[in-house]
Amino acid sequence: MNFNFKHEWIETNIGLMSVLTMLAISVGGLVEIAPLFFIDETIEKVEGVRPYTPLEQRGRDIYTREGCYTCHSQMIRPFRDEKLRYGHYSLAAESQYDHPFQWGSKRTGPDLARVGGKYSNEWHVQHLVAPRSMVPESVMPNYPWLLSTPLDISDTTNRMKALRKVGVPYSLSQPEYDANVKQFGETVARQLHIPDAQENLVEQANFGNYDGDPSGISEMDALVAYLQVLGTMVDFSKYTDDAFVEYR
Amino acid sequence: MAVTSYSGAEQYNFDIVKKFAVMSLVWAVVGMFVGVYIASELAWPFLNFDSPYFSFGRFRPVHTTSVIFGFGGSALFATSYYVVQRTCQTRLISDGMASFTFWGWMAIIVLADISYVLGYTQAREYAEMEWPIDILIEVVWVTYLILFVGTIMRRKQPHIYVANWFYLAFILATALLHTFNNLAMPIDLFSMKSYSLFSGTQDAMVQWWYGHNAVGFFLTAAFLGMMYYFVPKQAGRPIYSYRLSIVHFWALSFMYMWVGAHHLHWTALPDWTSSLAAAFSILLLMPSWGGMINGIMTLSGAWDKLRTDPVMRFMIVALSFYGMSTFEGPMMSLKEVNALSHYTDWTVGHVHSGALGWVAMISFGSLYHMMPKLWDTKIYSNKLVEVHFWLATIGIVLYIVAMWISGITQGLMWRAFDEFGNLQYSFVESVVAMMPFYAMRAIGGMFFLAGTMLMTYNMFMTIRQGKRESAALDARLAAKMAHA
Repeated sequence: MNFNFKHEWIETNIGLMSVLTMLAISVGGLVEIAPLFFIDETIEKVEGVRPYTPLEQRGRDIYTREGCYTCHSQMIRPFRDEKLRYGHYSLAAESQYDHPFQWGSKRTGPDLARVGGKYSNEWHVQHLVAPRSMVPESVMPNYPWLLSTPLDISDTTNRMKALRKVGVPYSLSQPEYDANVKQFGETVARQLHIPDAQENLVEQANFGNYDGDPSGISEMDALVAYLQVLGTMVDFSKYTDDAFVEYR
Repeated sequence: MAVTSYSGAEQYNFDIVKKFAVMSLVWAVVGMFVGVYIASELAWPFLNFDSPYFSFGRFRPVHTTSVIFGFGGSALFATSYYVVQRTCQTRLISDGMASFTFWGWMAIIVLADISYVLGYTQAREYAEMEWPIDILIEVVWVTYLILFVGTIMRRKQPHIYVANWFYLAFILATALLHTFNNLAMPIDLFSMKSYSLFSGTQDAMVQWWYGHNAVGFFLTAAFLGMMYYFVPKQAGRPIYSYRLSIVHFWALSFMYMWVGAHHLHWTALPDWTSSLAAAFSILLLMPSWGGMINGIMTLSGAWDKLRTDPVMRFMIVALSFYGMSTFEGPMMSLKEVNALSHYTDWTVGHVHSGALGWVAMISFGSLYHMMPKLWDTKIYSNKLVEVHFWLATIGIVLYIVAMWISGITQGLMWRAFDEFGNLQYSFVESVVAMMPFYAMRAIGGMFFLAGTMLMTYNMFMTIRQGKRESAALDARLAAKMAHA
């Protein structure tokens, strides 16, 4: 074959160079990202994982707003020390409704993937307002404004509608609601119904009284509600130790 | 009236280069100051002042955005506009478009920084800007691409110089990454808040594909473009190997895009993806070192310049740090090493040996070369360049040594078991062990910042000197014309 390639062809032709560069930089992403949307084993089949309630989701919004991910991960790795410290390693299924994911990259503070239920609401409130009053050696900033700022619930519906558009199964219509009843049970399905979102939020906040102050709903109520649900949705006692190995 | 001087004010659009060059120094000072501040918050938490606006979580993206996109971005705009005009021997195709990229880019950094402090963030590392700012970035970036490629199309000679290949790859890759990583659904057209199109595992993969290639293309390929022009210029010698630069370019462009998932070892991302990324990370060592060798060997036969020319020293030390961090990176992408290093300060140290050692040092070297030429004068004080060099080098060494020790200590403490098989340390004990190193890191940062401020002063004086000289020249010329 008399094909005499010269690199000169490329370096004298900006069009060719742009196209070839574009090709070179596209392959990696295509091969590694696209299959994740199609391979079924990417997300484990597991019971219990549900979208966040309106109050929890608003808490999550505050978690992202304050940049908690800059110091806390939400991704427990399958190591013995992490299991002892934090609990069962994190499953992909557990963050399937997380837009955006908050796995984090740095543990200046501990992992929070399973912080739910570990401490009381009172502990969280006190710790968020003044971390060093609970853990003297902590370097975490104080977050006193969470307690004094009322939660803005006016756009709760809009937020859930946006999340629905990106794939979270919040329901708008009766058929969608029925599908949720089938998938998550009636109690959960009611929480996921967008037309009742604001009502549900107020009810959960008043009933839970996460910030210890029964008057009004603060940002603290929402954030603590979110922290308390983290990592609690899957009941791992139902599964054997290597139930999830095939997915990894 | 105009004096047609060496700087070729008519032939080239140097006005835009000047603007970006000055702003890169301004953003360097701002971004590094915020960096020192947040580093100090970790060492002395009272500095958070119970204020939402200055708390670490909101302030950290101000640091990363100001240094990466403010300082680094402006330095890249400045040098790419300079290099593309010089090597193509033609003027940028549009002054209006160039000016738009300047004001657009400045608006982006300012809006981003303000929005973070007010609590608007996508909570994606290095892509925290919310959707309206992302759209502005997209528009500015496409303008940049058209301007850059258009100028190359107008070149006066057949060959496209190698520095431009790297700038081109950087512009294309950044467009690709930015677009896909920022796909999001706003909650309302009049709200800054949006939710990512992807979730969980897929979202993590897209983000780190972006995140690592912000490093690979924004902070590496583009600065290699800088290297391929300014190192040979400053050394007064041609690039060491033309063939190596071809291999270097294609291998780097192809391989970098595969490695992002090494940020997700041992996570819920499927094993095949992160293993593949690790394999490519190790392969990537070769083109990286190829580039480093190509840069350093350009100096062969002129090694004496290292003794006499402080600007050259910036460049060579930058390449040495580039070599070091591109060795450290593949090592950290090995699963066994990553199991220890991930989530610790080691990663932070690694990033900074690249960001301070490579990116900042090569930018300083290039700006020291370019700015006096732009204002048609000499550096105001070589002595200050010398002092800057040592402040910066000492600062980096303090920084990365502190982070190596604290990172490895954290990793080992977290996984330590006592004789009964229980965890030996509580988490907060590892926090306490970090304290001396957090202080040491902040001090290292202060050294580096002091050097940058010195450079800013030196360049300010250089510009003033250049303006005075040209004013004097104008006056003499005018006097002569009057006599004639």
